[in-house]
Amino acid sequence: MNNSVAKEKIVSLRKKRSLEDMRFKYYGFTAMCLSLAVLVFLLYTIFSKGYTAFQKTIVLLEVDYNQEVLKLTPDSSDEEMEKGKFFRVKKQAIENFFPDLSKSDIKLVKKLFSINVDKEIKDYFLDNPEVINTKQQIWVTAHSDVDQLLKGNSRRDVPEDRRKLNDIQLSYVDQLVEENRVKQVFNNFFFTKADSRHPEIAGVAGSFMGSLFTLFTVFILSFPIAIGASVYLEEFAPKNRITELIEVNISNLAAVPSIVFGLLGLGVLLNVFGLPRSTPLVGGSVLALMTLPTIIIACRASLKAVPPSIKEGALAVGATKTQAVFHHVVPLALPGTLTGTIIGLAQALGETAPLIMIGMIAFIPNIPTGLTEPSAALPVQIYLWVESAERGFQEKSAAAIMVILIFLFMMNAIAVFLRNRFERKW
Amino acid sequence: MSNSKILANGVDVYYGSKQALFGISMDIKEKEVTALIGPSGCGKSTFLRCINRMNDLIEICKVSGSIKVDNEEIISSSTDVVSLRSKIGMVFQKPNPFPKSIFDNVAYGPTIHGLVESKNDLEEIVHSSLKKAGLFNEVKDRLNEPGTSLSGGQQQRLCIARAIAVNPEIILMDEPCSALDPIATAIIEELIDELRLNYTIVIVTHSMQQAARVSQKTSFFHLGELIETGDTKKIFTNPDNSKTQDYITGRFG
Repeated sequence: MNNSVAKEKIVSLRKKRSLEDMRFKYYGFTAMCLSLAVLVFLLYTIFSKGYTAFQKTIVLLEVDYNQEVLKLTPDSSDEEMEKGKFFRVKKQAIENFFPDLSKSDIKLVKKLFSINVDKEIKDYFLDNPEVINTKQQIWVTAHSDVDQLLKGNSRRDVPEDRRKLNDIQLSYVDQLVEENRVKQVFNNFFFTKADSRHPEIAGVAGSFMGSLFTLFTVFILSFPIAIGASVYLEEFAPKNRITELIEVNISNLAAVPSIVFGLLGLGVLLNVFGLPRSTPLVGGSVLALMTLPTIIIACRASLKAVPPSIKEGALAVGATKTQAVFHHVVPLALPGTLTGTIIGLAQALGETAPLIMIGMIAFIPNIPTGLTEPSAALPVQIYLWVESAERGFQEKSAAAIMVILIFLFMMNAIAVFLRNRFERKW
Repeated sequence: MSNSKILANGVDVYYGSKQALFGISMDIKEKEVTALIGPSGCGKSTFLRCINRMNDLIEICKVSGSIKVDNEEIISSSTDVVSLRSKIGMVFQKPNPFPKSIFDNVAYGPTIHGLVESKNDLEEIVHSSLKKAGLFNEVKDRLNEPGTSLSGGQQQRLCIARAIAVNPEIILMDEPCSALDPIATAIIEELIDELRLNYTIVIVTHSMQQAARVSQKTSFFHLGELIETGDTKKIFTNPDNSKTQDYITGRFG
C-alpha cells in the first residue's frame, strides 16, 4: 500500500519535472525570438531609411564654354585656366536652362542645382580643355531639395509655404523628369567627401578617416600598455593587498561612464597639456583610457587560459621567469589578447560622449590626413546629422549608421577569424 | 659504493599553515634510480619538487631544512634557481610538450642557455637528445611537426629528450607513466634503465611494480613522513617497518 503511494508520487513528480523542462525551453525560445525580432526591425528601419543615401540625383545641363565668357583662349596655360570665369558660364547655362525664363524664375531655377555645380563645370573643362568654344551636355548634381523630392522623401501635397520647393519649382522638376533631363546614379560623394552644410555633397569620408586615425591611436596606446599590465598582474605581481586593490579597481574602471573619460581628456589633455582640440590624437588617447580596463581584463583571461604546465615545462629546463612568460605564455595567449583588443576597439569606435567633450563634434568640412588635424568621427557625425534640420541629412545619418555597423561587423569578423585561426587546443 | 648526489636533511614543507612534509632526511646516490612511493597526498611529489625548487611557483609554499646537491645548499634565497634547474631536469606527470615543432621543443633549452654556437651544433644536440630518449627513429622524418601531434608515450619521451638536451646530471620524474598505456610505459621504463648509466634519477610513482622494476633504491612516504628508505629489493621483500609491509602488500593505500 505504502509502496504504491510512493510510486504514484514519483510518477507525478516526474511529469511535473518534464513539464518544467518543456516550459523553460519555450521561455528561452520566446526570448530569443523577441530579441531577434527587435534586431530585424532595427536593421529594417535603418536600411529602409538609409539606402536612398547611396544614390544622388543629377541633372543634364547644357554648358557653353565660350572663350569670351570664360576670358580664356585655346592657348591658355594651366594656371590661366584655373582662373577661368566658370561662374559666368554657369550663370549663362542656368539662364538658358529653360526657354524664356524671367529674372525671378532664374533665381528659382538656380536653387534646383547644388552649390557644387560651379566646381563640376570647371573640373569638366580642366579634364577636357579641347571643349572650349563648344556646347557640352554635362550631368551635374541637383540640389538636395530636388533629390529628396524625387526620392519621395519630402511630400509635395503640403501647402506651399511649408515646402522647400514652391509650385513653380515643382513644375520645373516635373518638366525635367518628363524630358529625361534628370536621373539617379550612385552617390560617390557619400564615400569621397567630408561633412558639408549641403546634404547633397556631404559624405562620410572625413569622419571615417577620423575614426580610423582615432582607432589607430587607441590601438597604439592601449595594446602595449594592456599587455604589459596584464602580464605583470598575472605572472609577476606578488599576491598582496595592493595587487588585489589594483585588480578590483581595474574592474571598476571598466564600468566608469565614458563621459567621465571625456571630462578627463578635456581637463587634462586639452587644458593642462594643451594638446590640439578636436583631433584624433586626443580622441584616441581618451578612448584608449576608456578601453584599457576592458582590454586588460580580456588579456588576463587569455593569459590565465594558458595551461600552467607549459610554463612549468619551460622553467624546468632552466628558463628564467621572463623567458618562460614571453617565449611561451604570451605567444599562446596572443590570439585571445588580440580578440579582446579588437572588441575593445569596437567599443571605442561606437563611443560618442567622450569625443563630444574633447571637441570632436566641430563641423569639419575636410578629410583629415593626420593624427593632429581636426576631424570628426563616425558616431559624432551621425549625431550631428540626426540633429540637422535638413531633410537630406536624415537618409545620410541612416546610411552612416550602416557604414559604422559594417565597420563593426568587419572588426568582429576579424576577431573571430583570429580566434579560430590561432587558438590552440590542449 | 657510489657517492651521494642529493643529501636532504630535515626538510619541512608548509602549504600555508598546513605542514606537508615532516623532517625528511634522505641520501640519494649518484647514477642510481631512486623511487619514491606512498599513497596519494603523502608528500612524495612535494619532496621531488623541492629538489629543483619548482615549489617556488606555489606562493604559499614554505620550505625549510637543507637539501644539498653536490654538496651545495639549494634551499636558500641566494641559490641560482636557473642554473640549478639546468642541472636538474624534470619530467612531469602529464606530458607537456610546448606547442611548437618537435625540433624546437628539444632545442629550446640549449638555445636559452647558450650551449650552442652554430646551427649544426644545435642539430647535433637535438638529434643526440632524441636518440638518448629513444625517439629519434620514430620522428626523424617529421621534426618540424608540432610536438603535440605525437602520441602520449612519444610526447613523454619528447619531454625526456627536452630535459636531457640541457645536459643535466639529475632527472626528476613525477609519475611519468601515469597518463600512459602499458606499452608506452614499458618503453619509458626501459629508457629509464638506460638513462641510469649517465644520470641520477629520482622517480615518483604510484605503481609499486614500476618501482620494483626500475629502481635500485626505494623510499616509502606516508602522511608527510619518510617511513623507510633502502635497497629496492629489501623494501619489497623484507621491509623493516610494518607500515611499509602493509603498503607493499596492498593492505592500504
